[in-house]
Amino acid sequence: MEIFWILGIPLLGGFVMAALGTHRLAPELNSAMSFGTLLAAVGLTVRVISSGSFSVWDEQFFVDAFNVFLVALTAFVGFTSSLFSRPYMRIEQHHGKLSVNMLRLYYSMYQLFSFTMLLALLTNNMGILWVAMEAATLTTVLLVSLYRTPASIEAAWKYFILCGVGLAQALFGTILLYFAAEKILGAGGTALLWTHLNSVKTQLEPTVLSLAFVFLLVGYGTKVGLAPLHNWLPDAHAEGPTPVSAVLSGLLLNVALYAVVRSKVLVDGALGSHFAGNFMMGFGLLSVVMAAFFLTRQKDVKRMFAYSSIEHMGLMTFAFGMGGPVATFAGMLHMTVHSLTKSAIFFAVGHAAQTSGTQLMDGIRGLIKTSPTIGWGLALGTLAILGMPPFGVFTSEFLILTTAMHAYPWTMPFLLTALGVAFAAIFGRVQMMVFGETTGERLPHPPALIPVFVHLILVLLLGLYIPPYLSAWYRQATALIG
Amino acid sequence: MNIPFTAQIINMCAAFLLLIAFAMLSQRRILSLINLFAMQGLVLSLSTAVVAYSSNQTHLYYSAGLTLLLKVLLLPWILHHLIRKLNIKWDVETLFNIPTIMLVGLALVVFAFNLAAPISQMAGTITKSTLGIAMATVLLSFLMMITRSKAVPQVVGFLAMENGLFFAATSATYGMPMVVELGIALDVLVGMFILGIFFFQIRVAFDSLDLKHMEKLKED
Amino acid sequence: MTYTALFFQLLQNALVLCIAPLLLGWINQCRALLQNRSGAGVLQPYRNLIKLFFKDAVLADNASPLFRATPYVLFACMWLAAALVPVLATDLPLSPAVDVIALVGIFALARVFISLAAMDIGTAFGSMGARREMLVGFLAEPALLMVLFTASTISQSTSLITIVETLAHKQFVLYPSMTFAGVAFIMVLLAENARIPVDNPATHLELTMIHEAMILEYSARHLALVEWASALKLLAYMTIGFALFMPWGIAESGDWKAVPLALVLLFIKLIAGGAGLALLETLTAKMRIFRVPEFMGTAFLLAVLGLLTHFLLEMPA
Repeated sequence: MEIFWILGIPLLGGFVMAALGTHRLAPELNSAMSFGTLLAAVGLTVRVISSGSFSVWDEQFFVDAFNVFLVALTAFVGFTSSLFSRPYMRIEQHHGKLSVNMLRLYYSMYQLFSFTMLLALLTNNMGILWVAMEAATLTTVLLVSLYRTPASIEAAWKYFILCGVGLAQALFGTILLYFAAEKILGAGGTALLWTHLNSVKTQLEPTVLSLAFVFLLVGYGTKVGLAPLHNWLPDAHAEGPTPVSAVLSGLLLNVALYAVVRSKVLVDGALGSHFAGNFMMGFGLLSVVMAAFFLTRQKDVKRMFAYSSIEHMGLMTFAFGMGGPVATFAGMLHMTVHSLTKSAIFFAVGHAAQTSGTQLMDGIRGLIKTSPTIGWGLALGTLAILGMPPFGVFTSEFLILTTAMHAYPWTMPFLLTALGVAFAAIFGRVQMMVFGETTGERLPHPPALIPVFVHLILVLLLGLYIPPYLSAWYRQATALIG
Repeated sequence: MNIPFTAQIINMCAAFLLLIAFAMLSQRRILSLINLFAMQGLVLSLSTAVVAYSSNQTHLYYSAGLTLLLKVLLLPWILHHLIRKLNIKWDVETLFNIPTIMLVGLALVVFAFNLAAPISQMAGTITKSTLGIAMATVLLSFLMMITRSKAVPQVVGFLAMENGLFFAATSATYGMPMVVELGIALDVLVGMFILGIFFFQIRVAFDSLDLKHMEKLKED
Repeated sequence: MTYTALFFQLLQNALVLCIAPLLLGWINQCRALLQNRSGAGVLQPYRNLIKLFFKDAVLADNASPLFRATPYVLFACMWLAAALVPVLATDLPLSPAVDVIALVGIFALARVFISLAAMDIGTAFGSMGARREMLVGFLAEPALLMVLFTASTISQSTSLITIVETLAHKQFVLYPSMTFAGVAFIMVLLAENARIPVDNPATHLELTMIHEAMILEYSARHLALVEWASALKLLAYMTIGFALFMPWGIAESGDWKAVPLALVLLFIKLIAGGAGLALLETLTAKMRIFRVPEFMGTAFLLAVLGLLTHFLLEMPA
């Protein structure tokens, strides 16, 4: 029942915003709809925690502990991002960078984007998962190019082509999966249902599944931002409006990783070896190292944090690739805290760029003076994302590193070096941005910083103390992944 | 070796698909590229219909009809409309060295055939040998996307890749479940609309659809 | 070797020699009709040849023995090639020598000689013609070989005789590989025989010539032999095409009563083929020289595709 609301509100919202997007109160309407989605998600979560996983509507939708926490996270971050985008977009409009029609497009695509992501999370059908991912790409293409500058159009084009080609590979992987499944489960719609596949996974043909996994990893991995398929990510994050960067980093990458992990569960069952895990670890490690080194050369603040997203997604992929209860738990915790922290950082960075009028880090200085809240938000957010205790990122990174040290000690030098390099680079830059000398002015509208601090407080809480129901929830999810 | 007549027709259709993929690779004119794409869709729906007839899978008839509607009528119409509006109807673009591209294409075809061989053996359909051709079409369309410098041919390559994937699905597994196919069709259609809007944005920003203008965002 | 077999071999040799100019005349007549001209009649090439044989040969001072020998070599090669291809019957005394690779080798030998002769005198046009001829030949030969290999893999032998016998007896099956090979073969035929769209045989503008440029220096009987050799080459190519793609009607081993029927069928095929070629030439325009490699590349591609699809689609899985 809640699923109906979770999916219905954003879908309807997309069309409502398309009609009413130019209204003066459109941002508030947008936030209201996201809030409705959040309420439905909370309801669903409560139901799943209390009564376990269940499927709905002829098994087309399936909710278990793994995807329900992602649904809750998506709805929450979607809501806070919509709150953030209220004043942010007003300031952008005030500065003349956006027209009312562009804003109308923005609001309707925002809701539709939430719909596609929630659909991808809740569907049981691997084919519909693909359709939803492709739809998510399509809804965000026009969002990335919202400012209509040459750079943003180039970024959107790259995004479209690279993710389109990547998803075509994922489609081929899905076809191969269906091909293997059809032999056991028979032709027809049920052969693509994840729950059915999960129950017969040991009987699926190993060669076909391993080939399918390679395609699925490369395909969905493009959307996760794994190196070497990550080229679209920095551009899309840097050139799109900040709320879009926040949801891309915070939500879309997570959903893509979710798709990869679901596939991994099937392949692990079919192959019985560590094939899938090894691939994921390889890509993850490559992403971490590559991102850390590219990070150091960035001049644009959003690009730098985009590379940081690549690094963290690589770390998560690495964790899920390692497998085992601790690493999987750490991976999921990292998904949550990264999502919250990165979106908080983007919120702060967005306002910082607005204050200074530029996204280049050399142009942003002394935020602590011009706008103390932004300055503190950015400083704390950076500390959080860099893995300083007592924030939650420290916990998950620590768990991942200790598991790696146990099981794969040869990866330690790479991981530690990369994390160290990233720490030094980001910390140095952010320190200059927050504490340097400046002559900037205050913003025309007050910035929306409650979302920033709410996110950071949550991350802090998760770092200090994970409530028992939450850890039980994570454990359930871990058990499902194996 | 007596292959039934329907299998012969399907093999001929597969061979034509491959031929059209190569023809698209070496086309200079955008107009003939779109016509080739429409022809590819036609051959595809014909082949699906023949498979439907010979294997008695009625949902494939719907699939063939959907392909006909979408890829032979609707998408080429949208593309023609776009190039007329964008005024690039008579655009001719220069390609990289065509014989070299052809040779690379041939190598890709051999690679695709090798890749598909183990899967073909496991398939239970009458069209299993055409899986290699489907993969080859996908790889050739990918090559076409890489070697093009204008936006519209790149998009046509993308759509041709999707055609190849559809053919792979039909030849290996008698097509995906209907709901998935409808979803994919919807995605493709919405994608085209969004691309149409996007092309105009590109045109406004760069005054041309040449993708060489869009190589500024690089690592410093 | 029975006397009837020997008789039919000699008959075939004489036949190809005599009807090659007739084929050329027929093609030119068809072209004229399609272009709304009245044409010179199908016997015009014969009149040309007779006229040339009665003229005095003029040679440049620095012409080497190669230059003088080439027309004879060319004529001999082409006559041999045309005579070898089974047009009437498959069990003739020379049949064991009919290997597709050997045929390609004969054509290559002829090409080498004519190119060298073209460069021999040292004029600019000769070298230009030789260069262009080599460009076309370099790409056409692999394509031709691939086409012949496709047919060979279907019939498990490179002997043209075996190919004819196997293909004539197969049921009518739609072979995608043979379709590709057929299209590729037509493209190679057009290129090798200096036909539109590769080269205009009726041109007198030296800068657009490929084949004609090489024989600019020849006169009288030498020119007659070279022209006759070109006609024989066209006939050879067309009969190879018929043998590969339309082998019905050729008399099988020892069945001499079928030879008259084979003769009639041959004439019908040549008439149809010649008309088809004329139509093709009228409908297309000559390509620019730098497009020729693309054209040949496409032919090669199609031929290889034919071979690949044969392996993929038609071999037993």
